[in-house]
Amino acid sequence: MTEKSRDKSGRLNASKKAGNFMKDYYLELDRAARTGEKKVAWCTSVGPAELLRAIGFSVYFPETHAAMIGAVRTASEVIGEANAAGYSPDICSYLTSDIGAYLAGASPLKKAYGIEGPPAPDVLVFNTNQCRDVQDWFLWYAEKFSVPILGIHTPVGIGTVTDDHVRTVAEQMKKMISPLEEISGTRLDPGELKRVTDLSKECSDLWKQVLETARFRPSPLSFFDAATLMGPAVVGRGTREACLVYRELVEELDQRVRTGTGAVPDERFRIYWDGMPVWGRLSDHSRLFSSLCACVVASTYCSSWIFTELDGRNPFESMARAYTELFIVRSDPYKEQYIKRMFDFFSIDGIVFHDAKTCPNNSNSRYGMPGRLRRKTGIPAIVINADLNDMRMISDEQTRTNIEAFIEQMEENGS
Amino acid sequence: MIPRFFAGVDVGASATKTVVMDSSLSLAGHSAVKSGTDFPMAAGKTLEESCAMAGIKKEDLSAVFATGYGRKTVKEAVNTKTEISCHAKGCFHNFPGRITIIDIGGQDNKIIKLAANGSRTGFQMNRKCAAGTGAFLEEMSARLDIPIEKMNRMASEAAGLVKLGSFCTVFSATEVLENIRAGKQPADIVKGIYFSMIKRVLEMDSLAGDVVMTGGVVAHNGYIVKMAERMIGRKILVPDLPQFTGALGAALFAKESM
Repeated sequence: MTEKSRDKSGRLNASKKAGNFMKDYYLELDRAARTGEKKVAWCTSVGPAELLRAIGFSVYFPETHAAMIGAVRTASEVIGEANAAGYSPDICSYLTSDIGAYLAGASPLKKAYGIEGPPAPDVLVFNTNQCRDVQDWFLWYAEKFSVPILGIHTPVGIGTVTDDHVRTVAEQMKKMISPLEEISGTRLDPGELKRVTDLSKECSDLWKQVLETARFRPSPLSFFDAATLMGPAVVGRGTREACLVYRELVEELDQRVRTGTGAVPDERFRIYWDGMPVWGRLSDHSRLFSSLCACVVASTYCSSWIFTELDGRNPFESMARAYTELFIVRSDPYKEQYIKRMFDFFSIDGIVFHDAKTCPNNSNSRYGMPGRLRRKTGIPAIVINADLNDMRMISDEQTRTNIEAFIEQMEENGS
Repeated sequence: MIPRFFAGVDVGASATKTVVMDSSLSLAGHSAVKSGTDFPMAAGKTLEESCAMAGIKKEDLSAVFATGYGRKTVKEAVNTKTEISCHAKGCFHNFPGRITIIDIGGQDNKIIKLAANGSRTGFQMNRKCAAGTGAFLEEMSARLDIPIEKMNRMASEAAGLVKLGSFCTVFSATEVLENIRAGKQPADIVKGIYFSMIKRVLEMDSLAGDVVMTGGVVAHNGYIVKMAERMIGRKILVPDLPQFTGALGAALFAKESM
C-alpha cells in the first residue's frame, strides 16, 4: 500500500498534565529521600502500593525508571554494565538497564527533572505476580543499600482465581504490616488504607475509561499515546492528583470521539498489540502504523493497570484479588479468552505479538497462541522479534517489513 | 495499440533485480547487479539494462514499483510493496494455486502461504539471525576458502553428509572447523552446510499445497532444491528465473496500478 506521510492528530492536552504529574512525583520522591521527611519504599509496578502509601511511605517504582531509560534510548549504553556485573543479556532488560544505569551513574532523571537519580530506598517490596526477575532486581539494591526487602510470592499460570489464591496473597500482605510499620515509624491506619484503596480504584476506573474510548471508530487514542500517558496510573494510584489527570483526559478523549478525531487520520485497520512496548522505538512504531492507516487501538500491556476488584471496604482481599487476576498471572486458555473478548470489544482486524527477547512473561507468542487465536477467530497475527529496552536485539528493517507486509495482507484480503 | 511496459525493481541486500514486462504480461527484459552501497545507482542500472533488453527507453515505462530491502531508495518508483507481497504475486503468476513459497535471499528467508485464489494466508520471516540465509553460505564459503560457485558442485558429488547442529552462524563455523580438524571430507561438510540451511528454513513454518522455491540462493545453488526435495519427500517447483520473482511481482503490481 502507499505509505503516506502523515501528521498526528496532535498531542493530547492532558499529556502535558500527565507530564507535570510525573515531574512533581519524582521531585517529591527526591525531596523525601534527601530530607528524610518521609521514608521511601521501592515497589514493583503491580505490588501492594496502597499498603505502602497508607503506612506513610513515598512509593517509588523502578520499572517506570527502567522504561524511561528505554524511551530515551540510553539502555543499550548501560545494559553492558549490568552484564559485566554478572547479569545475563538474556534476562529482563528493565533489570539490566536499571542496574546498569545505577552503575554508570546515568539516570535519565537528571536531564528530565534535574535530580541525580532515583531516591535511596528504606525498604524494597516486590510481588512476583509479573515475574521472578523483579525479585532479583530488588535483591541487588537491597544489598547495595543494606535495607530490608519484603516480598509477595504469587501463584502463576492461574485459570480461575480462587479464594485460596486470594487468601495466600492477602496473608502475605498482612504479614508485611508489622515490618513496614517499624521501618516507617507509622502505624497503619485502617481509615487511611480504605481512603487510599478507594482512590486507587477510582484511578483504575478512570484509566479503564481512557483505554475504552478506543472502541470508537476512529479511535481517539492509540497504544503509543496510552503508553506515554500511563505513568500516573502506575505511580500515582492511591492519589487524588492521578485521578484529576485522567478525568481531564477522559473529557478530552470524549470530545475527540464526538468530533470524530482519530489518533490516526484515515484509520482503516485496527490492531491489537500484545506484549511490551519497544520503548526505544515508540515514536517510530507510532509513525509506521500511522503511515499505513493502521491504529493500534488496544494492548494487553496498558490494560495491566486496571484493578477492577479494588475495594476500600475490604482492602487486603481486594488488593490480593486485583493483583492476582492480572493477565500476566493467568493461564494461556484464560489469556486467549481475554484477547478474544478484546478483539470483539475493540473491533480488531489484526494482532501484533511482540516477542521480547528478554521478557518471556510478557511474550505470549512462544507456545502457539498466535496460531490458536487465528484458527479460532480468523483474526490474522504477526510476531515481531524485538525487546522492551535492549535495542541490540532489534532489526528495524525486519520489523518494518513484517508490519508493512502484515498490513498489505489485510488490505489485499479485504479486511 | 501501442504496447505499454511496466517494471518491478527488487533492491535486495545482496543483489538488485529488475523485470520489465509488457501489457500482455510477457517478460520483455530483466537484469541483476550487486546492490553494493549505492542502491539508487543499482536500481537505475538494472532499469536501463532491462529496458534495453526490452527495446525501450526508461521513459517509456508506464509505471515502476519497487520492493526489497532498499525499496524506498528507488527514485523511479511510483510506489513500493514489501518483498512478501511481491514474492507472493510473482509466484502465483507462475504457479497459480495453493502454494507455499520458500524464498532464500541474501539476508533473509521467507515462507509465504497462498490460498488457491492467490490470497495470502500467512507468512514468516527469519528472526534476526543469519541461519539459513545466503549470508550463512557466504560466511561458510569464506571459512572453508571455497568459492560459492564451487560449493554447489562439491555438495552434489559428496558421498557423505556432515550435519551441523548449531542455530548460530558463528557456532556453525566453529563446528565446520572442528570437522576439518577431525579429518572429515570437505565435500561432505559443504553438503552439511546446505542441509543445515534447508533445515533452518523448514523449521520456520509448516508447508501446505505445492512448494515453490525462489531467491538468489536457489538461482545459484541448484543443489539446494534437490536436497530440499529429499528432505520434504516431494517435488519442488522453481520458476525459470527464481532470483527475479520479487521483481516480477512488483512489475505485476505496477501493471495493476494503471
